[in-house]
Amino acid sequence: MSPAFLFLIALGLGLAGWLAGRAKARAFSRAAAPREVVARPGYHAWYVAIWVAVPLALFAVLWSVLSPILIEQWVLATPAGQNLPEFGFQRQTILAEAQAVARGSAAAVFTPQARDLVEPFREATLFYTLIGVGFGIAMAAILGLWAYSRIKPAFGARVRVERAVMALLLLASLVAILTTFGILASLVFETVRFFGMVSPVDFLFGTSWNPDPMSSPTAPQGDRYGAIPLFWGTIFIGAIIAMIVAIPLGMMSAIYLTQYASPRWRKIIKPALEILAGVPTVVYGYFAALTVAPMIRDAAQAVGITNASSESALAAGLVMGVMIIPFVSSMADDSIAAVPGSMRDGSLAMGATKSETIKKVLIPAALPGIVGGVMLAVSRAIGETMIVVMAASTAANLSANPLEAMTTVTVQIVALLTGEGSFDHPATLSAFALGFVLFMVTLALNFIALRVVKRFREAYE
Amino acid sequence: MTVIHDMDDKAEAKMRARDVSVYYGDKKAIDDVSIDIPTKYVTAFIGPSGCGKSTFLRTLNRMNDTIASARVEGNIELDGENIYSSGMDVVQLRARVGMVFQKPNPFPKSIYDNIAYGPKIHGIASGKSELDEIVERSLQRAGLWNEVKDRLGESGTALSGGQQQRLCIARAIAVDPEVILMDEPASALDPIATAKIEELIDDLAGRYAIVIVTHSMQQAARVSHRTAFFHLGKMVEYGPTDQIFTNPLEERTKDYITGRYG
Ligand SMILES: Nc1ncnc2c1ncn2[C@@H]1O[C@H](COP(=O)(O)OP(=O)(O)OP(=O)(O)O)[C@@H](O)[C@H]1O
Ligand SMILES: [Mg+2]
Repeated sequence: MSPAFLFLIALGLGLAGWLAGRAKARAFSRAAAPREVVARPGYHAWYVAIWVAVPLALFAVLWSVLSPILIEQWVLATPAGQNLPEFGFQRQTILAEAQAVARGSAAAVFTPQARDLVEPFREATLFYTLIGVGFGIAMAAILGLWAYSRIKPAFGARVRVERAVMALLLLASLVAILTTFGILASLVFETVRFFGMVSPVDFLFGTSWNPDPMSSPTAPQGDRYGAIPLFWGTIFIGAIIAMIVAIPLGMMSAIYLTQYASPRWRKIIKPALEILAGVPTVVYGYFAALTVAPMIRDAAQAVGITNASSESALAAGLVMGVMIIPFVSSMADDSIAAVPGSMRDGSLAMGATKSETIKKVLIPAALPGIVGGVMLAVSRAIGETMIVVMAASTAANLSANPLEAMTTVTVQIVALLTGEGSFDHPATLSAFALGFVLFMVTLALNFIALRVVKRFREAYE
Repeated sequence: MTVIHDMDDKAEAKMRARDVSVYYGDKKAIDDVSIDIPTKYVTAFIGPSGCGKSTFLRTLNRMNDTIASARVEGNIELDGENIYSSGMDVVQLRARVGMVFQKPNPFPKSIYDNIAYGPKIHGIASGKSELDEIVERSLQRAGLWNEVKDRLGESGTALSGGQQQRLCIARAIAVDPEVILMDEPASALDPIATAKIEELIDDLAGRYAIVIVTHSMQQAARVSHRTAFFHLGKMVEYGPTDQIFTNPLEERTKDYITGRYG
């Protein structure tokens, strides 16, 4: 209860500091000449409030980590605590039970040994809560008084408060970045474990993918973990078939929208296209699996290809391409629209036709932006899961025939992690290695794409 | 409207506009303008901002077609042929009536490709060597050849503003037009670059019909042979430049030229 309690105290004291600071600042602002006071009363108020509340809140976080450790040490130091069994698991159960009773979240103890520990737990908790609250309040009071004493007409509270605001914003933006690193770290950890069992060479260059979660985990078979068929399937579906659909259609719709459509028509079509991007991918998955895949199989059989699979790479790729169209078209649209109108006029004034102007001036000028958009789209396509899970198969074929069943990295990750295997079996761990590779590839693609787009933007600044 | 044709009328009219009005939506931007653009001379359009100089200039090669709300009424002839008739090929027209814009707008291509752009789309050059020749000749006429002859592969956008504008003029020349329209071609340039452009206009005058919009009286006086003064969408006065500047017939022209107009 103590961290939440400390937070409440921080809020309350902060408010008190804010009111006190404002009262003082108002008093001296009224007395002083207008130019003498560097900051308005609100800034002085925030200055005091920040010094009261922020250190206290930080202390609350620290204390919530520290106090359980201190409490446990206190308990272990009592005679009853020293009699606890050594074996980790049992020891932990007893401690947890005693603590639960002490906190009031459990009614009575089951293990006799825990009974003697309840009282020490109560004492320790009370003691450290008092210490934490006492220390917190004292610290807040001292800092608050110090801050309060500093505010005077000539004090630059505004600058300092602005700096604090900036620090807060910086912190907020760091959260996303730190999360990325957290994800990466957890992936790396499991990946390293996997590569302890299967050699990276087997994994990256092997051509046969056939992990067996039921095999003995101590004798991993490296030749079952060749991920090339997965990489190929991913590239073939996401970067080749999908892009063959998405790039021309996306480009053409962008050209139509920027160059030919009347403003009114554009206002209708553009949002409609963007709705495509909002359709849940699982819906595309249904469409691919239930409509497109059988259609392709029937069409293939109609022209005499008898071994066409009902789960073809083509079906997944086509539908994925449709899904990606809005990404390509909206990036291309932005890039073409960003080419200055004077460029287009220059070309038209030379007697170029509209399509010559588009082909020879607008698209070359917008190309970096378009390429960037396509790369973002590729990275989106190869990370896409639902469509391929539903429409592609789990058979790891290494083939260039789009009618054949194929599988992708993401499909395998899902299959491996939802399977029966235990979490330290190489078959399960290989999912993390796959995820790691996917992460690195999409990261690299996004990185390059953003740089390309950025350079393009600068060119027309 | 006062129009004087007493300058050497050996100069036959290259373009002839009759009763031209231009609307943007419902708003009339040009009101009933008639003017003859002589061949092989420089004609200047002057007038306060917003009076419709650019609008009228753009009617001469139908660049107003690119503005959805613009509508042109009246008659404009190029060598006696109505350029607004349904039989007129806009692509052909713009090859004959070239345009240079206020802000230099080279394509983000190499200097060479900037010049070669027009000849290529119009199929003027039959081979690489002929194209090379056109590029060199155009750059030479635009007075840019010596500055760029060693860096034809560099991007046109990497040149200075004045060089870019001369590149745009060279680009317009490359398709061998009959008329060149220039909308404040030097207004974004410093005095030295401006002087170069004016010199260039002077050089080109004997070869093409040139129409130039300018805000600088001195520039109009220096480079043009004829001047048209526009005001509120109307052409107020048109005549030999000397006469417009020394002895305008209309009160409004006089006010504008002497700077009494805002
Ligand atoms: N694309 C357009 N759409 C609507 N109105 C326009 C458009 N272009 C110009 N106009 C209007 O037409 C009138 C004439 O404009 P124009 O650009 O021809 O003037 P200008 O004489 O060239 O002015 P400046 O010397 O400032 O370039 C102005 O009132 C302007 O607001
Ligand atoms: Mg203008």
